[in-house]
Amino acid sequence: MLGRDFLRNLVNRLFITACLLATVAAITALVFILWSLVVQGIGGIDLDVFTKDTPPPGSEGGLLNAMVGSLMMCAMAMAIAIIVGILAGTWLAEYGGHTRYGAVVRFLNDVLLSAPSILVGLFVYELLVRPFEGFSGYAGAVALAFLATPIVTRTTEDILNLQSHALREAGIALGTPKWLVTRKIIWRAAGAGLLTGGLLGFARISGETAPLLFTALNNQFFSADMTKPMASLPAVIFQFALSAYDDWRRLAWAGALIIAVVVLSINIIVRFIAREKKHA
Amino acid sequence: MIDLADTATPAAAIMNEPPYDELVLEARNVDFFYGKNQALFGVDLPVRRNAITALIGPSGCGKSTLLRVLNRIYALYPGQRAVGRVVLDGEDVLHEQRRLPWLRKRVSMVMETQTGADPIEEEQVLRVGTDLARLRARVGMVFQKPTPFPMSIYDNIAFGVRIYHRKSKAEMDEIVETALRRAALWDEVKDKLHSPGLGLSGGQQQRLCVARGIAVEPEVLLLDEPASALDPISTAKLEETLVELKKDFTVVIVTHNLQQAARIADYTGFMFLGRMIEFGPTNDLFLQPKSDKTRDYVTGRFG
Repeated sequence: MLGRDFLRNLVNRLFITACLLATVAAITALVFILWSLVVQGIGGIDLDVFTKDTPPPGSEGGLLNAMVGSLMMCAMAMAIAIIVGILAGTWLAEYGGHTRYGAVVRFLNDVLLSAPSILVGLFVYELLVRPFEGFSGYAGAVALAFLATPIVTRTTEDILNLQSHALREAGIALGTPKWLVTRKIIWRAAGAGLLTGGLLGFARISGETAPLLFTALNNQFFSADMTKPMASLPAVIFQFALSAYDDWRRLAWAGALIIAVVVLSINIIVRFIAREKKHA
Repeated sequence: MIDLADTATPAAAIMNEPPYDELVLEARNVDFFYGKNQALFGVDLPVRRNAITALIGPSGCGKSTLLRVLNRIYALYPGQRAVGRVVLDGEDVLHEQRRLPWLRKRVSMVMETQTGADPIEEEQVLRVGTDLARLRARVGMVFQKPTPFPMSIYDNIAFGVRIYHRKSKAEMDEIVETALRRAALWDEVKDKLHSPGLGLSGGQQQRLCVARGIAVEPEVLLLDEPASALDPISTAKLEETLVELKKDFTVVIVTHNLQQAARIADYTGFMFLGRMIEFGPTNDLFLQPKSDKTRDYVTGRFG
């Protein structure tokens, strides 16, 4: 007769096999994506990509204007997101988080966290593009900020909640006003975590296309003027990848590879910071 | 001159020994609530100046809670509240005037008409204010686990001082050195004052916390099981430090370690289920306990 142990072992093995298969499936897909990205993209990467602007079809060119546009809009978006997000996350963790209003804010933040980015784009279109009668880099930056802020808020709250009560109490017990405890002790203790939140937010928005289509639009020329339409890597990839021209499509692959490398590097840096923190 | 007979409180009456030193801090008839759960029931605690007062009792008996009432650190958490009096240098520090006192008064009047007045609550609302942060600067606290701030050893100590006093570099250097010497840490860290406080060993971190606490010259230093995370050698050093500190400060220590209380405390209170069962000079409490519960506990029959 088959013993209970045999059955238990069998179920155990089946379960582990299922887990393994699922992992392999996920990793295979990821490797396949990265592989095709590298194979298709690496051919397009040369010095011109970093030094020349987007070309008309059939001529030489690069992605300089798109990269500069992406960098400027992301930088501005992150400046907004970090200020708003860290303050909001701090409020949730240290002050109002336990109130009903705090619960509502947290819930809305979570909704924003998973809001479709195209809706954010439309919202900012109504907010900044229509009233000012024109697409602009500022509108693009604001749309990206709407996407990054909830991430920063969430990580800030989580990281601050991880700081020990004893540390807060020790600051308070010295007669330190609470805002000083937060600013000088808790933020400092949570520094690596706050940086992680910022980097995660940046990684999220650096590949966003949808919110930029309605806000910054695109620009085939170099422009550092944020009041005018602005090129960005994701928007250029979107435009070029759908085109019928081989040289445009090659540039689109190169742009995609660049974004992937940047996001991957950021994620690795975040891991590194998190690990440093654990060992400290 | 204070007339002793007049100042004798129920808490002092429990005392069977005459050495009636000046009380620096006193809890009178304190009830404490965690939400709806009552954790302290009419607790009295007299704290004498330049003495070490120990609180002993089994886990959950309310010793730490009582300690947290004394500097009102509990007020950080909504839902926790204390009723009764805590007198620091003759001033009731447990209650403060709320912001918008007139509004409070009205609300409380309305509440009274609805629910029937509670005389203690009413008194509470009308009591004159105490600045909480300044109170806490006068009553220092050291916690169970060392809590060095994420900054250098020097800044750990200077931090609290800077909040209330502007000092020159030389003055601050002196304050830091004095605090570290008093906490018996100076010789171990004098060459690395600017390295992170988190880099010290557990015992050193705890003495750093003591140094940080006394650098602001509090009147009373509260310690909540400060040695429970330390090895025996670090514990012995910490105890020596506390006995030294008695000269300049007043110490209240919560401990699970009966020997520790017997070794260093001048007065000891035994708490059980949220009540102060017995309070008196340490020797009396350990050698001639008046209560059976105290005797059972100090002889190791329970707890």
